[in-house]
Amino acid sequence: MKAKASDYLIYDEEKKTYRMDAEQAVRDDVEKHYWLHVGRTILKDWRLYVMLVPMILVFLFWRYFPMYELLGCFKLYKESTPVADRLFIGFSSFKTLFMASGPSASLSLDFWRAMRNTFLLSFYGLLFGFPMPIILALFFNEVRSNVARSALQVMTYLPKFMSTVVMTSLTIMLVRSSSTFNGMGVISQLLYNLGWISSDVANAGLLNQPGLFRAIYQITGIWEGAGYDSIVFFAAIIAISPTSYEAAQIDGAGKMAQMRYVVLPSILSTVVIMLITRIGHLLSVGYEKVLLLYNTNTYVTADVVSTFAQRVGGVGQVGNSNPGLAMAAEMMNNIVGMLLVIGANTIARKASNTSLY
Amino acid sequence: MKRRLEISELIFKIISYVLLTAFALACLYPFIYAISSAMSGYDAVTYGQVVLFPKDVQFMAFKKMFNDNMFWNSYSNTLFLTFFGTIWALGIAIIGGYALSKKRLLFRKFFNFFLVFTMWFSAGIVPQYLNYLATQRVFSKFGITDDKWLVVIAMGMAAMNIILLRNAFEGVPSEIEEAAIVDGASEFQVLTRVYVPMTKSTIATVALFFAISRWNGYYWARMMIRDNNEHPLQVFIRLKLEEFTNPEEMAGWNQPYASDSIIYSLIVVSVIPILIIYPFIQKYFAKGTNAGGVKE
Repeated sequence: MKAKASDYLIYDEEKKTYRMDAEQAVRDDVEKHYWLHVGRTILKDWRLYVMLVPMILVFLFWRYFPMYELLGCFKLYKESTPVADRLFIGFSSFKTLFMASGPSASLSLDFWRAMRNTFLLSFYGLLFGFPMPIILALFFNEVRSNVARSALQVMTYLPKFMSTVVMTSLTIMLVRSSSTFNGMGVISQLLYNLGWISSDVANAGLLNQPGLFRAIYQITGIWEGAGYDSIVFFAAIIAISPTSYEAAQIDGAGKMAQMRYVVLPSILSTVVIMLITRIGHLLSVGYEKVLLLYNTNTYVTADVVSTFAQRVGGVGQVGNSNPGLAMAAEMMNNIVGMLLVIGANTIARKASNTSLY
Repeated sequence: MKRRLEISELIFKIISYVLLTAFALACLYPFIYAISSAMSGYDAVTYGQVVLFPKDVQFMAFKKMFNDNMFWNSYSNTLFLTFFGTIWALGIAIIGGYALSKKRLLFRKFFNFFLVFTMWFSAGIVPQYLNYLATQRVFSKFGITDDKWLVVIAMGMAAMNIILLRNAFEGVPSEIEEAAIVDGASEFQVLTRVYVPMTKSTIATVALFFAISRWNGYYWARMMIRDNNEHPLQVFIRLKLEEFTNPEEMAGWNQPYASDSIIYSLIVVSVIPILIIYPFIQKYFAKGTNAGGVKE
């Protein structure tokens, strides 16, 4: 970097005069007084930056401060003491969670069970839940009448807008056992009459069966989200130019061949993006839904890390809680989840040049 | 000449129609069942005689619910949370998304990352809970003891919605902004007079997302609102369900309607506002989600 104004003088051979290299001077000046320039630019445009302030504060207070609070998993929890002032205990909480021995062996077993359940619920969601919206979108594409298609779409989007409480309440009431005060729910009645479930299962209640929880979770998930999630795939399908179909037809492609060689390649990038998003959220199952649907009978298959953490951490209750341990569990879950996002994104970028972030 | 349908094509078409109709009906059925059950008599609901249409029609369950002060309390609390929560979140999202959409914004990449990172990494329930408790303490120091304000201000902001708005604002041609500035518009006027009218459909979509998530919010409202009179409708429904599933509570039940009918009527009443606005905004959100996409 040059220091004095005279350093920027360049001798012009043709005109036999000196001229100033103004651009370089400005560039060097910006480099030298970087923060001054930043300050000036912000001051000149201060309204724009003021507009950012509320958003930043909200995210800082209620998104980033909890992340700092999460570091409390390395400290001994003490009520109403800032994280920084708590006693540092290193990985001791993690050890308690990981090692299934000693006085807290059952806790550790519960933690591993929760990890496994979290992964399995998400994985089955990916396996069964992910293809459904794509299939629906392909079906919607077959409906030529706009009125009929809109009507069907409006109906299938609807459950997405219902609250988790409404959905789980309906589920609880529709599949409940005959032994409760209110008689058998209409769906368990139907399944029993069809002979798909035994009278034992019907009497105990479907939501009390550990073996059925995952199925109920996935089916309600599809019921809730498949229609709405099909929007994005349907948009990709109708964006395909009719000439592509015509060209395929001229080449003698039947319906299935068109599907294989025209439709699927055209929506592939959308599918990849949605898949990455899905994989990225593999470890963040909807805890609200699990919390509202599970009970002590189904902890074996239903308890996920979030619900485990909120029980151990004593959210919304007084006494007998261990937030430090709960945060260690959530930390574990979050780190694995984040690695999944980054991993999925890297693979997608290499495989198809489609990247989400 | 119209091309003849191939057999495979025809079969696929038929399958599509049948399965779609079945799925669409399955999506509607629980709500129809809920309406019918809310209006049916005790025996009909309890012994599974209600399949589609109400039987032994009664309106006492609705009446019982409408006479319950707690119900009206919770309904007004939900309206409060939805109204103020949406205004608060939408206002912040609009001005924040607007600023982020400007190419001339310094550290734009950093601010974007600041947002997107919260989509990858969420601290989790327990640290959030501890954080909300701390917020509650701070609020009460300032004399805000109504926990509804805590729910309005501290919860429900979503990075995704801000990104949707940012993308919509980026789509507005910069010439229009320049023209407005030449005409003497200030930054804020450019936003309210030019950008907001031009991105109406995205703003409507985002407002809808915020409003629905506020209307449907349950978990944090239940955890953070200490006063039972301040609970929103969703919490009220769940508490009623828990009360009615408890055999001890139900021992002396001798009404001409089943206790389930009360829950069903609550569900119907809680869903009606969404059903009313749904057809009007339905066309917006389909457009908004597609236009927004996920990009960065």
